[in-house]
Amino acid sequence: MRLAGRPGAVFLALVAIALIVAPMGLKPHGVYLISMWAVMSIAAIGLNLTLGYAGQISLAQAAFVGIGAYCSAILTAKFGWPFGGAFALAAVLCFAIGWLLGYPALRVQHHYLAFVTLAFTTLVYLVLRNEEKWTGGTYGISGIPRPSLFGWSTKGGPAFYYLCLFVLAVVSWLTWRLVRSPWGRAFMALRENPLRASSLGVDTRRYTLMAFAIGSALGGVAGALYAPLVEYIDPTPFALGLSLNLLLMVIVGGSGYFFGPYLGAIVSVLLPEWLRVTDSLYLIIYAVAVMLLMVVCPSGLLGLAERLLKPARKEPVARAAAKAAP
Amino acid sequence: MTQVLEVRGLSKRFGGISAVEDVSFELNEGEILGIIGPNGSGKSTLFNCILGQLQPSAGSVHVDGRAVTGMRPCDLNRLGVSRTFQLLQVFPQLSVRENLILAGQEHQGTMWSRLVGRGDAGLTDAAERMIEFFRLGHLADEKAGGLSYGQQKLLDAAMAFMSGPRLVLLDEPAGGVNLTMLADLRERLLAINREQNATFVVIEHNMEFVMSLCTRILVLAEGRIIAAGTPEEVRGNRQVIEAYLGN
Repeated sequence: MRLAGRPGAVFLALVAIALIVAPMGLKPHGVYLISMWAVMSIAAIGLNLTLGYAGQISLAQAAFVGIGAYCSAILTAKFGWPFGGAFALAAVLCFAIGWLLGYPALRVQHHYLAFVTLAFTTLVYLVLRNEEKWTGGTYGISGIPRPSLFGWSTKGGPAFYYLCLFVLAVVSWLTWRLVRSPWGRAFMALRENPLRASSLGVDTRRYTLMAFAIGSALGGVAGALYAPLVEYIDPTPFALGLSLNLLLMVIVGGSGYFFGPYLGAIVSVLLPEWLRVTDSLYLIIYAVAVMLLMVVCPSGLLGLAERLLKPARKEPVARAAAKAAP
Repeated sequence: MTQVLEVRGLSKRFGGISAVEDVSFELNEGEILGIIGPNGSGKSTLFNCILGQLQPSAGSVHVDGRAVTGMRPCDLNRLGVSRTFQLLQVFPQLSVRENLILAGQEHQGTMWSRLVGRGDAGLTDAAERMIEFFRLGHLADEKAGGLSYGQQKLLDAAMAFMSGPRLVLLDEPAGGVNLTMLADLRERLLAINREQNATFVVIEHNMEFVMSLCTRILVLAEGRIIAAGTPEEVRGNRQVIEAYLGN
């Protein structure tokens, strides 16, 4: 979790600069892809809080992205709301629904919780498809406007990318603070040993609900950006496939690592594009790469990196332990 | 003398089996009560009933005169009742320091202040003192999961004391700990007992440890109290010897 001091800070600054100048060297499709990367990173950061930090498995993240997307699409395209209002409502709505979805997690865990959240995703998908009056059913909603903020139009690809990047930066900063606050510590305690946590005064019920609510709210935030990014939404992208994809991002990147979701989103959003040159083979290559990674390192890319960097630090620990033992 | 803990007629049945039956005792401030008994005599079940981890089938528990029967463990902990576990229960992925800060943080401020306030909830110094006190200094930044068994036991005990509890229930603190560390642990426990007037209940199989630590001892067999008294009285009790060795 620590930034590994100065080299880490320098590296982060370089990444930030690269992200800022990126649109200048990219074609419109490239700008669209890195915008999608930013949006999916936000959703994956949310899932990483719920799953990676608090240990509550959820297959419902796609549903929250969907709720956020439809909330922002309906309010801006049909009712002419300003984007800011729709964005805020999407976050608050998903926070509330996520909090309610946390209740089953107080009773069931692991696979059973996966099934409960899976059912929720299916339920939301069916509502989006069948409530035609509101959602347009399978025809979806088109003509979702890209917002103007304080007189600055984000109609162009790069401008909207900067909006996504800005939201990603704010979300990252808030999440960074959250996971280093006592709340973050309590979330990890839930993951590692809820019984012991409760004997230390950690209100496991309240923290579990909060882990769900905050993670879901970030799903809603991602959705609220997703709708104006693609400018047309229908229910299909918010089905179970996206939930599994987000789960993949969190686990491939490194579940419970702060930077895991960003890496995972690269693998999930950009890698398929890079592999496109291999044409019809790309899905096979992609699947094999992911499976290999999971076999070699179940704790994801960052887990792998940590393991490779570890031997340098291992020795002093062993010596300290030997000294402590009488 | 102030009464800290009062247990009245506590029973716990699992189906037809009675694990704890009609157990009553009181505990005054500053006492160290030992609970001994053969395996399966209901000691840990008794702890879990007192601490709200299990709902007792009958009976009541009072802490400082307040009824706490069946209260959630986290609420009970915030009233000043802490515990250690028989099997290792630390947070393996957190560092020793983080484990200790976690153990105290829920006693600081409100839910909101814990979200927006300082990351360490102002507990870094207290954690540092606890690390020194339990002589874990060289391990402060190591992940708890990487510590030896005995070190994790010490950490487990240290965590129970982070919130400055009035009453601590220790479930086999000496189990699996080597002799040097054991002497260390006893000395630490006695120091906390003296300095903070903390009250302890200790389940233990190590007779030497329990006899040298406790002021009073309860003996459980098949879920009932069969003897109580000072270490000397219990040592000479015929029923106790029979319970352990058979007749």
